[in-house]
Amino acid sequence: MAQSIAKEFTKGLWAEIPPFRLVLGLCPTLAVTKSVENGIGMGIATTFVLVFSNLLISLLRNVIPSKVRIACYIVIIATFVTIVELLMQAYTYELFLKLGIFIPLIVVNCIVLGRAEAFAGKNTPILSVADGLGMGIGFTLALASLGTVREILGNGTLTIWGGTPIFEMGANFMPFKFMIEAPGAFIGLGLMLCMMNLIGKK
Amino acid sequence: MGDLFVLAISCIFINNILLAQYLGNCPFLGTSKKMETAVGMGMAVIFVLVMAGSLTWIVNEYLLKALDVVYLQTVSFILVIASLVQFVEMFLKKSIPALYAGLGIFLPLITTNCAVMGVCLINIKEEYTFIEALVTSFAYAAGFALALILFAGIRERILLARVPKPLQDTSIGLITAGMIAMTFMSFKGMV
Repeated sequence: MAQSIAKEFTKGLWAEIPPFRLVLGLCPTLAVTKSVENGIGMGIATTFVLVFSNLLISLLRNVIPSKVRIACYIVIIATFVTIVELLMQAYTYELFLKLGIFIPLIVVNCIVLGRAEAFAGKNTPILSVADGLGMGIGFTLALASLGTVREILGNGTLTIWGGTPIFEMGANFMPFKFMIEAPGAFIGLGLMLCMMNLIGKK
Repeated sequence: MGDLFVLAISCIFINNILLAQYLGNCPFLGTSKKMETAVGMGMAVIFVLVMAGSLTWIVNEYLLKALDVVYLQTVSFILVIASLVQFVEMFLKKSIPALYAGLGIFLPLITTNCAVMGVCLINIKEEYTFIEALVTSFAYAAGFALALILFAGIRERILLARVPKPLQDTSIGLITAGMIAMTFMSFKGMV
């Protein structure tokens, strides 16, 4: 039992890490990775939604009729997204403003619905929570790594949390401004996917 | 009238939903391998987004604001969009079979297209009037279709090129999208 929990948890961290291995949830990946801080905030919010919606869906999996399951999943996910939205508005207001419409858009993030459909609808609650947590942490790591590349190259700083940079490039560094604009997001993610393919494609 | 035109142009080119606002990227990469599917998806998005944009505006103004339950926005919008897509699908199947055959398989995908939900939320956030919301919905959808069709055209040519193995498929797709985004950035000074 413990072994299978560990297996479901760790597959989200490397073997099936979204969005590199499972190409899902691209919109938040591209949009919020202007800085590491935004990426981590978005990742944590998504993890919260993933864990709780997986838990609830897996508890209700024998009650939900299969014909209307997608609608039921969406309502459950939307409920948790609303909770996250209100919590962030109350406790991390600045981050809430920075992430803007991407917080309500977690509802239509394919990763969350994808895990509900592919995993939580068929497995026990404990395994589903492990799966959601693993996927969520994997997603957070992916956002943070893409955010690191974009923030260092595009802005010359690195900010983990709280708004004060922990690392700054020297005065001679000229930031590549396009890295924090849209083209940099696409090209950065494309090159990262390429790197992931180079390192250990099975 | 002139303002509406400027608004429409800025939504199609400058704030292009795919290339500048980062919304709707999953269908952008998923349905752009063939020109036919790209055109189908583009048309389906235009069709649904205009309806969803106006409907969610009405729901927000006359239901959520009137009853003072704006915190239910996320839940109610996704329900409106999901049921609208279902309804449009049934309606088209029954009355316009030719259009249904063209759009059919793309309609269910639109429920989880974040461009639709995103535009509805932008309309509310920017406090547009009903007419403005209608114009932006159409213009964003047209911009989506434009970028998708352009991208599909390029991707069909990439299939003929020899791409290094690790870069294949999604990876080269994203880099190409980055190049198109760069050209769209040059529209910035237009309005």
